Amino acid sequence: MEFVVASSVGALTAAGIYLILRLRAFSTILGLALLSYAVNVFLFASGRLAIDLPPILSPYGEASYTDPLPQALVLTAIVISFGMTAVLVMVALASYLESDDDRIDLPQAEKDEETGRGATQ
Amino acid sequence: MTEQEATVVVNDLSLIIIVLLPFIGALFPGPMIRAGRNSCAIFTALPTALSLIMLLLLAPSVMDGQVIAVELAWLPQLGLSVAFFLDGLGLLFAVMILGVGLLITLYARFYLSGDDPMGQFYTFLLLFQGAMLGIVLSDNILLLLVFWELTSLSSFLLIGYWKHLPEGRQGARMALAVTGGGGLAMIAGMLILGEIAGSYKLTDILLQGEAIRTSEWYMPALILILLGAFTKSAQFPFHFWLPHAMAAPTPVSAYLHSATMVKAGVFLMARMWPVLAGTDAWFYIVATTGLVTMVLGALIALFKDDLKALLAFSTVSHLGLMTMLLGFGTPMAAVVAVFHIINHLTFKAALFMTAGIIDHEAHTRDIKRLGGLRTLMPVTFVIGALAALSMAGIPLLNGFLSKELMLEEAAHTTWAGSPYALPALATLGALLSVAYSFRFIGHVFLGPVRADYPHKPHDPPFGLWVAPALLVGLVVLIGLLPHIVEPLVRVAAGAVTGGVLPEFHLKIWHGVTPALFMSAIAVLGGAALLAIHHPLDRAWIAARRPEAKAIFDSVVGGATGLSQRFTQLTHDGAMSRYLAIFVASTTVLGYLAWRGGGLPAATRDLLPVPPVVLVGWVLLLVATGSVVLMHRDRFRALVVIGVIGLTVSVGFVYLSAPDLALTQISVETVTIMLLLLALHYMPKVSPVESSVGRRIRDGVIAVAAGAGVGALAYMFLLRDTPSISEYHLANSYEGGGGTNVVNVILVDFRGYDTYGEIIVLGIAGLIIYAVMEALLNGPAARKLRNTDYSSDRSRDRHPLMMVIATRVMMPMAILVGIYIFLRGHNQPGGGFVAGLVVSIALLMQYMASGFAWTQSRQRIEYHTMIGWGVVIAGLTGAGAWLGGKPFLTSGYDYFHFPPIEEFELATAMLFDLGVFLAVLGAVMLMLYSLSRIAHYAGETVNPEPMDYDPSTRSRIVKEEK
Repeated sequence: MEFVVASSVGALTAAGIYLILRLRAFSTILGLALLSYAVNVFLFASGRLAIDLPPILSPYGEASYTDPLPQALVLTAIVISFGMTAVLVMVALASYLESDDDRIDLPQAEKDEETGRGATQ
Repeated sequence: MTEQEATVVVNDLSLIIIVLLPFIGALFPGPMIRAGRNSCAIFTALPTALSLIMLLLLAPSVMDGQVIAVELAWLPQLGLSVAFFLDGLGLLFAVMILGVGLLITLYARFYLSGDDPMGQFYTFLLLFQGAMLGIVLSDNILLLLVFWELTSLSSFLLIGYWKHLPEGRQGARMALAVTGGGGLAMIAGMLILGEIAGSYKLTDILLQGEAIRTSEWYMPALILILLGAFTKSAQFPFHFWLPHAMAAPTPVSAYLHSATMVKAGVFLMARMWPVLAGTDAWFYIVATTGLVTMVLGALIALFKDDLKALLAFSTVSHLGLMTMLLGFGTPMAAVVAVFHIINHLTFKAALFMTAGIIDHEAHTRDIKRLGGLRTLMPVTFVIGALAALSMAGIPLLNGFLSKELMLEEAAHTTWAGSPYALPALATLGALLSVAYSFRFIGHVFLGPVRADYPHKPHDPPFGLWVAPALLVGLVVLIGLLPHIVEPLVRVAAGAVTGGVLPEFHLKIWHGVTPALFMSAIAVLGGAALLAIHHPLDRAWIAARRPEAKAIFDSVVGGATGLSQRFTQLTHDGAMSRYLAIFVASTTVLGYLAWRGGGLPAATRDLLPVPPVVLVGWVLLLVATGSVVLMHRDRFRALVVIGVIGLTVSVGFVYLSAPDLALTQISVETVTIMLLLLALHYMPKVSPVESSVGRRIRDGVIAVAAGAGVGALAYMFLLRDTPSISEYHLANSYEGGGGTNVVNVILVDFRGYDTYGEIIVLGIAGLIIYAVMEALLNGPAARKLRNTDYSSDRSRDRHPLMMVIATRVMMPMAILVGIYIFLRGHNQPGGGFVAGLVVSIALLMQYMASGFAWTQSRQRIEYHTMIGWGVVIAGLTGAGAWLGGKPFLTSGYDYFHFPPIEEFELATAMLFDLGVFLAVLGAVMLMLYSLSRIAHYAGETVNPEPMDYDPSTRSRIVKEEK
C-alpha cells in the first residue's frame, strides 16, 4: 500500500513539474493542479497510512484512530489550492484576452531561449 | 587608583521620553513650514530643548555616580527590550547631541536659503537626533543596533538633502554603503557578544569582561564590532566616505560629520571598552588604525583646497586620535579620549560653521580663491582663528590641553617593542595638524584683500555667527579654566573604564614634560611646513595618489554588473527557465541532504494491497500519463484531470479520511467547472513550441523531482516519528466537544489557521472579481464583443431535462449541505464541505437555467457573504474573551427540547457557520465573475428558463389558431 501511495505521489509530481515547464499558461495551470494533488496526498501521508481507522471518536470504549492533524491541514490546503487555481485561471484568462497570447515567457526571453543564449545584454 | 562606590541604579521613565521627543518632534517641522521659517525652526528647537531640560534634570544624580535606567519588555523571546540607561558617558554624549542640535537648528535657520525645503531638513535632523540619542542611551544591544542603522539612514537623507546635486546623491549613497555595511558587520559582532555574555542587556554584558576576553569567539566579535565602529567613525581604510559626505549642507556637516554621528564609532569603542579593551589584539588593531588614520588624515587635510574637505580630513585625523587613545587600553588614555571628545566637538563644530559662513558670504570655499578676509569679516575671523588655534593645540585654548595629554600618553606607550615609534608618529600627526590649522587661518583670513572674490564678503547676520561664537566661548573657557569640565570628564571616563580611574587633574601647566617638547616641535614644525606649503602642494598634485572614490565606484560598479549578469542569467523573464532552475536545484539539494543524513531502519510493516486498490493505482497512473501526453488537447486533458481528482478522493475514503474525500470531491467539481468556463474563452489547443531537446530536458528534471518526492514519501511512510496528534485525539471530546477530530482541529485547536484561511479564500474571490472588473472595462471587453464564439455553442443551451432536474435537486442539495454542516462537529462534514456542496447546487442553476435567470433570483451579494462569514467567525472567536478565555476558545453544552433528542450546541458551530459563508461566498464570487464574461462575449440573455419552453410554445400555437 505504501508503495502505491508513494509512487502515485511521485508520478503526480513528475507530471505536474513537466507541465509547469511548458510554455503555455493553460498547461501550467494543469501542472499546478497535478502538483496540488501530489502535495496534498504527500502531506496527508505524513500521518502514515491506516485503513478503517477514521479519526471519528468511537463511543464504544478504546479504539485506535489514524492521525487527524495532517487531515485537518490538508483539508484547508485543498480549499486554498482551489482558490489559488481560480486566481491563476483568472490571471491567465485576463492576460490572454489582453494580449491575445497565453505564453508565460516574456517574448525577448523566449527568443533567447530558442537561439540558445542567455539574455546577458 | 580610586575605586568608585557601587553604582546606584535609579529607575526613571523620563529616559524613554527624552529619546522619543525628537521622533515625536519630527512630525512638526513639515506642517509648521507653512507658518513660516521661524516657526518651523522654533518647533524643531522645542522638542530638542525639552529633551535637553529633562536630561539636565537627571544630570545631578548622574554626576553623583548614579545610573538611571528604565526597561520595558518588547520582544522578550528575542532578548529585545526597550531599555535605556544614563551614565556618565551617555550623559556626555546626550548633552553634546542635544546642545549642538539646538545650535545647529539656529544656524540652519539662517544658513538654508528660501528655496530649500526647510521642513524636510528639520524633520530629517530631528530623526537623526532621536536615533543618535537612542544609540548613546540604549541599554540593550539589539535596540542599539536599531538606532545605529537609523542614524545611517537619516544621515543618508541629510547628505542627499540637495537632491539636485549629483555629488550629494553620490556622497549619500557612499556613506550609506560604507556605514550600512559596517553596521551589518556590527550586528553579527553584537550577536556573538550577546551569545557569549548570555544576555543582550548592555549593563549585563559590561560586567562580563573577563568571560568575553577569554572566549574563543572574542576575535570574531572584536573584528566585526570594530568594523562597525571604524566605518562609522571614518577610520582608515574606511575614511573615504566622510569627505564625500561634505556635499551635505554645512549644518549637517557640522552636526553629523564632526560633532555627533562620526563619534558614534568612538562612543561604541568607549562603551565596549570595559569588555573588549586590554588585550593585545585590541591594542594593535585599534591603536594602530587610530594612529594611521590620524597621520594620514592630517596629511591629506593639509593639501585640500576646499575648506570643508580640509575640515573633513582633519575630523578624520582627530577621530583617529581618539581611536588611538582608546586603543591604548589604559584608564588614563580613556580619560584623555573623553576630554578630547568634548574639545573636538567645540572647536570643530565652530570651524565647520565658520566654513559655512565663508561659503555663504563669499560664495566659494576654495582656499586658493580666498585670503584677506580678516578685515572684511572681523567677527568671523575671531571665531575661526580661535577655533583653528585650538585645533592646532596652542596654549590657553582647550585643544592644547587634550593634545598635550595625548602626547603624554603616547610618549610612554611602546608599540611592537619600540618605545619611539608611537611618540614620533603622534608628534608627526600633531605637526601636520598644526600646519593645516595655520593654513586655515593664514590662507583664508590673513594676507592681502583680493579683488576677485565671487561675491564681496562681509560679516553675516547675528543669527549665523552666534552659534559658533558660543562654541568658541566654550573653547576659551575650557582652555583657561579646565577644572570646570573635570567632573564631567571624570564621570564620563569612569563610565568608560568601568569605575577605575587614575588620579588626574586637568590643568594648563604640567611642568616640563616630554609632551611639552613634542608639542613645541609640532607647533614649530607645523609653522615651518606651512611656509613651504606652496612647493609641497605642487608636488602633491603632481604625485599619483589612489583616488578612493574611483576605487569605490569601480568596486560598486563591478558588484552591480556581476549581480546584474547573474540575475539576467537566472531571471530573464522566461518563467519556464526559472521554474526549471528552481526545481532542478531543489532536487539536487534534496539529494545532497539525503546523502548526508543516515536513514534509520524501517519500523512499520507494509499494508496489504487488495486488487481494487491496484486497479485504482493503475487508473491514476494511466490518467496522469494521459494528461502529460494529451495536454495540448486542453479539453480532453481537463476531463482526465477530473479522473485523477476522483481517484484521489476515493483513495482518501479508503485511507480513513472521509472529510478529505468529501472536500476533494466537491472541490474537484468546482475546479473543473471553473476551468471549463475559462477554457471557453481561451485557445482549445496548445501548439507544439518547445524543441525535442527541451522536452527531454524538462522530462529529466520532472522525473528526477518526481522520483525524489516519491522516494521521500516512501521512506517516511515506513517509519514512525513522534507527533503531537495524540493530544488532539485525547482532547477533542473533552475540550472541543466534538467526536470528529478533524473538524474539531479546524474550528478549535487550529481555529486561527482556519480563520486565516477563510480570509485568504475571501481575498482570492475579491481578487478575481477585481481582475474581471478591470478586464471588462479595458480593451479586452471590445475584443470579446468582436469574437465569434457561436461555433462552439450548443443549440440547446438550456436543455429541458437538465433545467427540471437541477430545480428539483436544488432543495435537496441545500438540505444535504445543511445536513453536512450540522453533523460536521461529530461526523465527517463541516463548514468547508457544506459551503462547497451548496455552491455546487447554486452553480448547477447557473449552468442549467442561465446566468440572467439565476442572477435575478439571487438575494444576497457574494461580497457581503464573504464579509459576514469572516465577521461571524471573528466575533465567535472574540466571544471567548467575554468568558475570560483566549481568542477562539470554544464552549459547548447539551440541550434537550422534547420531542427532539438531546443535542449539542457548541460555539464552534457558529465559527463553522462563518467558514461556511466565507467559502460559499468566495466560490460563488469566483465563478460568477468568470461567467460574467459571457455577457461581454455577446451571449444573449434568456428571460425564460428554457430556450425552448414547450408550455409557452403550445400557448403561442393556440393563440395563433
